[in-house]
Amino acid sequence: MKMFKNTVVGLIVVAGLAFGVAASEGGAHLEKQKWSFNGPFGTFDKASAQRGFQVYREVCASCHALKYFKFRNLEDIGYEKEMIGAFAAEYEVPGDIDEAGDATVRAGLPQDAIPSPFANENAARASNGGALPPDLSLITKARAHGPDYVYNLLTGFGDAPDDIELRDGLHYNPFFKGSQIAMAEPISDDLVEYQDGTPATKEQIAKDITMFLTWAGEPKLEARHVLGLRVLLYLLAFTILAYFSMKKIWAPVKRGEDVWGDK
Amino acid sequence: MAQGHKFESNSAAVNWLEARLPIISLLYGALGPGYAAPRNLNYWWNFGSLAGLILVIQLITGIILAMHYVPHVDLAFDSVERIMRDVNYGWLMRYMHANGASFFFIAVYIHIFRGIYYGSYKAPREMLWMLGLVIYLLMMATAFMGYVLPWGQMSFWGATVITNLFSAIPVVGDYIVTLLWGGFSVDNPTLNRFFSLHYLLPFLITGVVILHIWALHLPGSNNPLGIEAKDNKDRIPFHPFYTIKDVFGIGVFLIVFALFLFYAPNSMGEPDNYIPANSMVTPDHIVPEWYYLPFYAILKSFTINILWIPAKLWGVVAMFASILILFALPWLDSSKVRSMQFRPLSKFFFVLLLVDVFVLGYTGSQKPEGILPLISALGTAWYFAHFIVITPLLSKFESTLPLPESISAAVLKKSA
Repeated sequence: MKMFKNTVVGLIVVAGLAFGVAASEGGAHLEKQKWSFNGPFGTFDKASAQRGFQVYREVCASCHALKYFKFRNLEDIGYEKEMIGAFAAEYEVPGDIDEAGDATVRAGLPQDAIPSPFANENAARASNGGALPPDLSLITKARAHGPDYVYNLLTGFGDAPDDIELRDGLHYNPFFKGSQIAMAEPISDDLVEYQDGTPATKEQIAKDITMFLTWAGEPKLEARHVLGLRVLLYLLAFTILAYFSMKKIWAPVKRGEDVWGDK
Repeated sequence: MAQGHKFESNSAAVNWLEARLPIISLLYGALGPGYAAPRNLNYWWNFGSLAGLILVIQLITGIILAMHYVPHVDLAFDSVERIMRDVNYGWLMRYMHANGASFFFIAVYIHIFRGIYYGSYKAPREMLWMLGLVIYLLMMATAFMGYVLPWGQMSFWGATVITNLFSAIPVVGDYIVTLLWGGFSVDNPTLNRFFSLHYLLPFLITGVVILHIWALHLPGSNNPLGIEAKDNKDRIPFHPFYTIKDVFGIGVFLIVFALFLFYAPNSMGEPDNYIPANSMVTPDHIVPEWYYLPFYAILKSFTINILWIPAKLWGVVAMFASILILFALPWLDSSKVRSMQFRPLSKFFFVLLLVDVFVLGYTGSQKPEGILPLISALGTAWYFAHFIVITPLLSKFESTLPLPESISAAVLKKSA
């Protein structure tokens, strides 16, 4: 039985290692960052997420949609209702059909999604040399080690090594699949001026946009962590009680007594 | 049949009901003090009730998810994101359901290997064993169709790869594939029928689970010693002894489940499935969910045509045969000794089989490059050899250890 148990434990460890290896294959080695949302007590850094939203609006949004993101969600990262209304009102969205049967436009409202920069996929490709800028709503979940991937990709542009011949219109980035990406290096030092005065280094911008996108991809992460702790504390107490109940109930069986009573 | 407590009641209402529909005494006999179980069941026996618990979790979360999910190729992915973002506790329901599938398989795999180790498939429990395998097959089909529903990249391409397998069947293969698809590629009709069947099959599973428990209660539970309980010295009433033990097991299992659910809910899934399905872009590496990986390795392990039969058909036949062969296990293994505690050689080969399955699981998860296809082929050969050659030989020639006189004698001697 001991050999059996050891084998099982060994196999689980091996499977875990294999899983880890499988998950990290492909692309250059990701430099892991410390993220406030990691770990069982992880939360979003709201100031960073707000800066990230600023970067998204001023930089990313010119090419990348964020279709599952609604302005009202901004409340989660600490924006006031009035500010959210003001952000939304900066955009025009399709309105109702008017009495004459014509399409109208109206100012954005908090319940609206942020409008996509392009009318459709063809328009997006036509403006980007044939490449389609992906929607960023789930980008940190749709890539292995998503947040680290986004951070490393954004800061990982550089000159191509001699053995790589860049195709026309592509840029070298070792973190991208195939090392050649259509997106030009999107961020640089002082590309934006942060409203809160944080120095806008390239690394800082990459961190902030990653924080924002991770939140946009998994807005319920904090609620999940909080509920998880409560559930685990409950289950722990429940299981300890169940364990001692079991010991007490089983005591006569363990002593070899007749537990049938009437027989 | 095991002799448990007889159901009696002083309540006139209960007795009125009992005379018309003896359902209380049925439950009393199935899960209460009326079921006499061997006194020596160890913790490996907890996984049956755990699998039952997860089935219930999957049914409840699944029915709630179906209230919000939209089975249409243009809306499915969006509706799942809506569940994650805007439905109250939708994220909890979806993560429970997705991780619940993995934990269902974890529980069932342990349950199956426990059955193999302790010879629970042997007479008189062959029907019990085979009904369990039917449940497992239904689970595989259900989980496969469920994975298609979010309509991500892996959903779409997994569905394409797996449904295409049926085209390997001679003559009727292509017709079967068209029938599965409801058209000429994986598309909206495929998604619709998979949703319908994904909703139906769990209720069939529930039905077979009832048959499984019925078939259990005639011979009673097997036990780690593998010898039959002779009298009630060898047995204890199921309630309260195994009910409380199951409750404790549920607590431990749910703690592990909660750790994944709340802190690593996507660790057993593929990131690619958060990319909406796109029939124009094939993912680099199409892999099924982890619980299919050993079978996926067997499927891929045939790379050359043998005897004019195409490699693809060999792979498909081998993959299905690898599960179907388990139905024959009660007859492949004719040893009178059930538990491998008393079969040292069998125990050794059991461990090898376990290692083999993990190796196949690993090769199934990787791209078939370098030495891996060879390892897959050897692993597949070993898998079948284990059941077709080794098991029958062991049951003929293995010298087994002496069995104890009775469960109570063995257990009480140990504790004394």
